[in-house]
Amino acid sequence: MVPAERPRSYYGQPIVKRPVWTWEIPWYFFAGGMAGAAAPLAWAAGATGNELLARRAWSVALLGVTASPALLISDLGRPERFLNMLRVFKVTSPMSVGSWILATNGVLIAPATLAALSGRRGPRPLRLAGRLAGPLAALAGPGLSTYTGVLVANSAIPVWSEARRELPFLFAAGSAASAGAAATLLTPASHAGPARRLAVAGGAMELAVGRRMEARLGGLGQPYRQGAAGRLAKAARAASVAGAGLMALGGRRRGLVRLGAGLLLAGAACERWAVYEAGFASAADPAYTVGPQRERRGG
Amino acid sequence: MAECHPVGFQWVMEAKERGAKIIHVDPRFTRTSAVADLHVPLRAGTDIAFLGGIVNYILEGGREFREYVKHYTNAATIVTGDFADTEDLDGLFSGWDPESRSYDIATWQYAGMDVAAGGKREEGANPATGARDAQGGRLEHGNPPETDMDLEHPRCVFQILKRHFSRYTPAKVAEVCGVPEETFIEVAEALCSSSGRERTSAFCYAVGWTQHTVGVQYIRTAAIIQLLLGNIGRPGGGILALRGHASIQGSTDIPTLYNLLPGYLPMPHARAHRSLADYLETSSAATGYWGHMDAYTISLLKAWWGDAATAENDWCFDYLPRIDGNHSAYQSALDMLDGKLGGYFLLGENPAVGSSNSRLHRLALAELDWLVVRDLQEIESAAFWYDGPEIESGELVTEEIGTEVFLMPAASHVEKDGSFTNTQRLLQWHNKAVEPGGDCRSELWFIYHLGRLIRAKLAGSTDPRDRPVLDLTWDYPTGGPHEDPSAAAVLREINGVDLDGGEPLDGFAALKADGSTACGCWIYSGCYAGGVNRTAGRRPGSEQSWVAPEWGWAWPMNRRLIYNRASADPGGEPWSERKRYVWWDAEERRWTGEDVPDFKADMPPDHVPDRDATAEMALRGDGPFVMQPDGRAWLFAPSGLADGPLPAHYEPHESPFVNGLYGQQSNPAREQYPRADNAYNPTAPDEGAAVFPYVVTSYRLTEHHTAGAMTRTVPHLAELQPEMFCEVSPELAAERGLANGGWATIVTSRTAIEARVLVTERIRPLAVGGRTVHQVGLPFHWGFRGRSKGDAANDLFSIALDPNVHIQEVKAASCDVVAGRRPRGPDLLELVASYRRRAGSRESP
Amino acid sequence: MSATASHPDPAWLETLGAEAEPRVGFFTDTSVCIGCKACEVACKEWNGVPEESGGLSGRSYDNGRELGANRWRHVAFVEQRIEVGVGGAAPDSLAAEASRQQLVEGGLPVHDAGDGLRWLMSSDVCKHCTEAGCLDGCPTGAIFRTEHGTVVVQEDVCNGCGYCVVACPFGVLDRRREDGRVWKCTLCYDRLRGGMEPACAQACPTDSIQFGDLDALRSRAAERVERLRERGVGGAQLYGADDEDGVGGFGAFFLLLDDPETYGLPPDPVVPTRHLPDAFAAAAAASAALLAGVTAAFIGRRGR
Ligand SMILES: Nc1nc2c(c(=O)[nH]1)N[C@H]1C(S)=C(S)[C@@H](COP(=O)(O)OP(=O)(O)OC[C@H]3O[C@@H](n4cnc5c(=O)[nH]c(N)nc54)[C@H](O)[C@@H]3O)O[C@H]1N2
Ligand SMILES: Nc1nc2c(c(=O)[nH]1)N[C@H]1C(S)=C(S)[C@@H](COP(=O)(O)OP(=O)(O)OC[C@H]3O[C@@H](n4cnc5c(=O)[nH]c(N)nc54)[C@H](O)[C@@H]3O)O[C@H]1N2
Ligand code: SF4
Ligand code: SF4
Ligand code: SF4
Ligand code: SF4
Ligand code: SF4
Ligand SMILES: [Mo]
Repeated sequence: MVPAERPRSYYGQPIVKRPVWTWEIPWYFFAGGMAGAAAPLAWAAGATGNELLARRAWSVALLGVTASPALLISDLGRPERFLNMLRVFKVTSPMSVGSWILATNGVLIAPATLAALSGRRGPRPLRLAGRLAGPLAALAGPGLSTYTGVLVANSAIPVWSEARRELPFLFAAGSAASAGAAATLLTPASHAGPARRLAVAGGAMELAVGRRMEARLGGLGQPYRQGAAGRLAKAARAASVAGAGLMALGGRRRGLVRLGAGLLLAGAACERWAVYEAGFASAADPAYTVGPQRERRGG
Repeated sequence: MAECHPVGFQWVMEAKERGAKIIHVDPRFTRTSAVADLHVPLRAGTDIAFLGGIVNYILEGGREFREYVKHYTNAATIVTGDFADTEDLDGLFSGWDPESRSYDIATWQYAGMDVAAGGKREEGANPATGARDAQGGRLEHGNPPETDMDLEHPRCVFQILKRHFSRYTPAKVAEVCGVPEETFIEVAEALCSSSGRERTSAFCYAVGWTQHTVGVQYIRTAAIIQLLLGNIGRPGGGILALRGHASIQGSTDIPTLYNLLPGYLPMPHARAHRSLADYLETSSAATGYWGHMDAYTISLLKAWWGDAATAENDWCFDYLPRIDGNHSAYQSALDMLDGKLGGYFLLGENPAVGSSNSRLHRLALAELDWLVVRDLQEIESAAFWYDGPEIESGELVTEEIGTEVFLMPAASHVEKDGSFTNTQRLLQWHNKAVEPGGDCRSELWFIYHLGRLIRAKLAGSTDPRDRPVLDLTWDYPTGGPHEDPSAAAVLREINGVDLDGGEPLDGFAALKADGSTACGCWIYSGCYAGGVNRTAGRRPGSEQSWVAPEWGWAWPMNRRLIYNRASADPGGEPWSERKRYVWWDAEERRWTGEDVPDFKADMPPDHVPDRDATAEMALRGDGPFVMQPDGRAWLFAPSGLADGPLPAHYEPHESPFVNGLYGQQSNPAREQYPRADNAYNPTAPDEGAAVFPYVVTSYRLTEHHTAGAMTRTVPHLAELQPEMFCEVSPELAAERGLANGGWATIVTSRTAIEARVLVTERIRPLAVGGRTVHQVGLPFHWGFRGRSKGDAANDLFSIALDPNVHIQEVKAASCDVVAGRRPRGPDLLELVASYRRRAGSRESP
Repeated sequence: MSATASHPDPAWLETLGAEAEPRVGFFTDTSVCIGCKACEVACKEWNGVPEESGGLSGRSYDNGRELGANRWRHVAFVEQRIEVGVGGAAPDSLAAEASRQQLVEGGLPVHDAGDGLRWLMSSDVCKHCTEAGCLDGCPTGAIFRTEHGTVVVQEDVCNGCGYCVVACPFGVLDRRREDGRVWKCTLCYDRLRGGMEPACAQACPTDSIQFGDLDALRSRAAERVERLRERGVGGAQLYGADDEDGVGGFGAFFLLLDDPETYGLPPDPVVPTRHLPDAFAAAAAASAALLAGVTAAFIGRRGR
């Protein structure tokens, strides 16, 4: 017999399917997001004459933007499958839009980075390309950091779909924090100021938006409070608080600052994983799907 | 019906849409119950009590269709004074002989009529005593000697019926069947209120009713109800046997049964039927259509032995094989086991899984010298010698099994031409869609060429015993890549031909007893009338009358509704406008209507036979049941049955309950074979019965077919019901600690099997005789081979048979259930042995 | 419920222009389903869908469990007491008793007069939504709208990204382990082109699955549910026959005898795409915020 619980279900079976994605995806969210935030940081640094920070930040961006397709391809199984993404452009498909954003970022960040690294000694065309690509990458970057929020929000997974207004902000904040933190790690303190401030601000924002999201989800947010997602969310919060704190108050103590940066990176990663895991959890329990829909229909 | 005849069931759904009320009587809540208006769960094996209750309800309330009953049944007929009923003998009828465990039916006869004989065909009718066979007693003419048309005479059938069923009260039904009185009354009332002039009701049944040691009497009880309510021979009425394998109906019409020849002619008996004259004398009735049995039989002999069959040699009657006792499938298996049977053909049968006490059948097959299996798969019955439970348990050792197994791949129905005969007696032709692959061949190919080879080997033999084979008409045209004999030619032979001219016959009326006609099966005569294969007719229903005579061909004579003269009143007028079907056209002086009238076309309703009339001319114009010697349907059966002229409720052979209706616990005439390899659970009142406290029944699932070779081997079907399971109620699950999805072991005196557990409220405990009875449901589809394997339910059931048709009782037995998987190897044998010791199971006569 | 404008003439029709055929679909009338699973088998046979067995489920006669890459038709089996579905009245309350009576007269499955157990069976399938989340979400264009208005996956284009899997509000689609692509009901696109009826509908003995012109099916369904209601069949309801619903109506809709969730169906599905503008707006704002944040990080201190 089907238990007559409320909300009712079919033998407690899920209604929506669990995502078929694997571990690469949350790491892609992290890497892509970091790249997307590192680009404007790098360009602004260059523009303000902080060549050292610019070079390091561009490197972070390049690292992230090359890791991303690698991760996606590993999830899809075969390289050509990623190319299929670029067969069409569909505004109704965040995954399509995102693929183009990722591609664009790749195309812009690569020359910008190479130009920045080779500096004056680089060949003229490269320097030209860099000068062109730099500002465009800075503009395109944030798209890469935030679209992944839309990607998961545009689904039938309750805990994602209902958080559609917060997820892009959450991912933007996380991206800022991780980009800032990564750049801080690679850059001498003398030149790392802006990166460090970005990291702290990002971390703080991440915590604030996280709160906001759980508030909106209410009962639906349960997965963020239990199981794997719950543990990850806690870890993310702890790491971000500690990381942001250390980086803000670490002053000249490089060790503490570096530790803080590391913690912020970890926090941003955990946050993505928390969101990812929460999605699976809310897909697995039909109550999350049926409950709100029943309420809507006043049943 | 939804489970096992889903395609046919669409018409039930249609009827429901049009307002028919669907009632489902079944121990389990099945797919049928799910769409029925009312489901009535009852204890397995108690339907005679339930139906008997309905008979009583009808008679007590005077709800019978009086005019119909008076004229169309033998209600008015008066029975001999020596007849004693179960009322008088506490569950036995007069004539019981404890020695032979059988009835002498002399006292069951109509008063003033000479003796008719034993229902037990194989005992043969004895010409010396002038005894008659099942075709019925001799009547001087269509009228039984003594009748009382007011149905008042204390010894008239109607009054006997009334007394006999008077104890089947609603309270008794509740006590015996576990059906609440109000539910029972709802059913009885529904039936009565939708029967009569304006309305009819139908019974559909299949093996839930037949597979009992009183199986035949189940159907008899339903027949009595339908006759009392006037639901036979009328549109929307009847008792519809939902048959089994495609064309299982065909395999009784043109039988694979040991005791019948085509067209329900009895197989001659070694002692009783020394000459054709004896045979006809004892097996035919002077009156009714069996009056032409000579023509049917001689035409059959002409079809088989052609010119060799002459008046001088008794039309080769001696060529026919003889029976001298029970040679049914189960008897044969036991003989096999006792080394009395050397070789065996299995053509499309899988007894190692499908037959009751399948374990015994596997052991029996291991005693053969040779075994030929023709099948679509290497079934359990072909693989028992190297792969099977007995090999695992060490009871059989491959090296020590002498049986030589010949496995021959069979062509399936889509790989050959032929006809199916369905439940409605409808023959439907089908054409070969593809050539069979590899070595697969049709049955027709196999039998024909086997016969050809044997005849070639015997050619030139002078030994008289080879004559029957050598004289056979064995000359069918062959064709195709494999020299397949023409199935159409065989159908043409079955239809029959006029031997001078060779024209196909138009029907059995044309059959002659002078050897001028040949016919392979008299009831099928007409299926090839005018040289046209009528069974291939496929005119859509929308393009013809609602009776649809041009879709296929129904025997006899394309009649879609048999005994349909009963759809008109004695005067020949339809009982009502709503139910008009066949009637007498006074102008034309002919019977006419929607269907082919099942009556002598020009015999007026007021026809009264003169004294010397025979066959159909000896019947009255108001006697619709033209196969009966008195033209009337038998509420009371003076002959033809081995276990009583009237049905009586007996407990199943193995039952936890004492018979609540009579002192006689179970059917006294049932066939029993108590022996170590067919040990019986003690039955109530024996206290050993308590060791097997539950009722077990077995059945089918829509997803699988019988012994499973056609479904457990097919991925898309095997996955639908992937594992053998048992169905139990939550209450029983609690009582025995069974977990849904877990394992259970079910035990009887034969063996123990394991099954996954499906706990469901669709199986519910019933209150029976103040006690709660739990029932265990077992699908019988699983065996030890195929993609989906499992223990065979039939390993649990015993060989205990109905005495009329030797069908096994697999619908109701007793068992025990415990949680967990069964032991393996020798431990299994020990477990069963311990149960037998505790219960004191019957292991010898 | 969160419905937007109705869709008498959906966009896809215009895009197909002259090629557009009248929209076809399924009306699955579960009140006459006998759970024979012929539809499941016919579908697998015709479409060469591989077997997939998880063993005995212990969930009534449903061993297929759910729709997925290897099961495009799935028959659900729900064993329940009558009280469930007629407003969950307490077992022996008069209300329950009354509704039970109704159900008996309504010719609905009841265990017996005493306790109303019923066994619901329903053959589920892809809904071929008017607004299909899977189609909208597919980044490769592998999922397309046919001239018949049905939704079909082109397996040769599909790259297995799995986005449609989460975009379907009904959990219809899934990725096949063996080939990494997603599979679902094609509404027998190949048969439709050959002028044939879909395999499942053709196999259904009771006409529980009715195939045809969607408008015709809708009106037939409306009559049918009316008739059942007149007979007092409490739970009878149409599911997916409403253009106003969250997916603009189903191409394959149902007559259910209880609330959708009892069959494992979402009571008020909404195509994710409807919320997409919100999400993109949020993303734009977030991006701006990110740029602002970066800029702010450089204010003062000579960018060091
Ligand atoms: N899908 C499918 N269809 C089939 C077959 C198959 O194997 N699979 N087999 C074919 C064959 S060979 C045959 S003979 C027919 C058989 O067709 P059915 O007779 O319908 O098949 P069963 O399921 O064996 O028995 C029917 C019902 O009898 C019930 N029953 C058991 N004991 C009793 C009792 O004492 N009284 C009453 N009233 N009911 C009882 C069982 O619970 C079961 O639901 O089906 C044919 N059709
Ligand atoms: N416990 C229990 N036992 C039962 C029953 C029950 O209800 N309960 N039901 C009984 C009934 S009604 C029946 S009919 C029997 C059935 O029992 P069986 O007849 O022994 O079992 P089937 O699986 O039907 O065997 C038919 C075989 O024929 C093969 N076959 C199919 N087509 C062809 C063909 O064209 N040519 C040849 N040569 N072979 C072919 C199939 O592969 C299959 O192996 O089971 C009986 N046993
Ligand atoms: S298998 Fe054949 S006989 Fe049985 S229900 Fe289906 S169509 Fe009828
Ligand atoms: S039901 Fe799911 S898979 Fe089917 S069309 Fe709608 S969204 Fe697509
Ligand atoms: S899995 Fe295939 S069909 Fe689904 S969205 Fe990705 S590409 Fe499209
Ligand atoms: S329409 Fe075709 S593909 Fe879809 S479920 Fe039916 S049979 Fe399968
Ligand atoms: S084929 Fe028809 S009746 Fe059978 S399960 Fe499928 S929908 Fe129900
Ligand atoms: Mo059968």
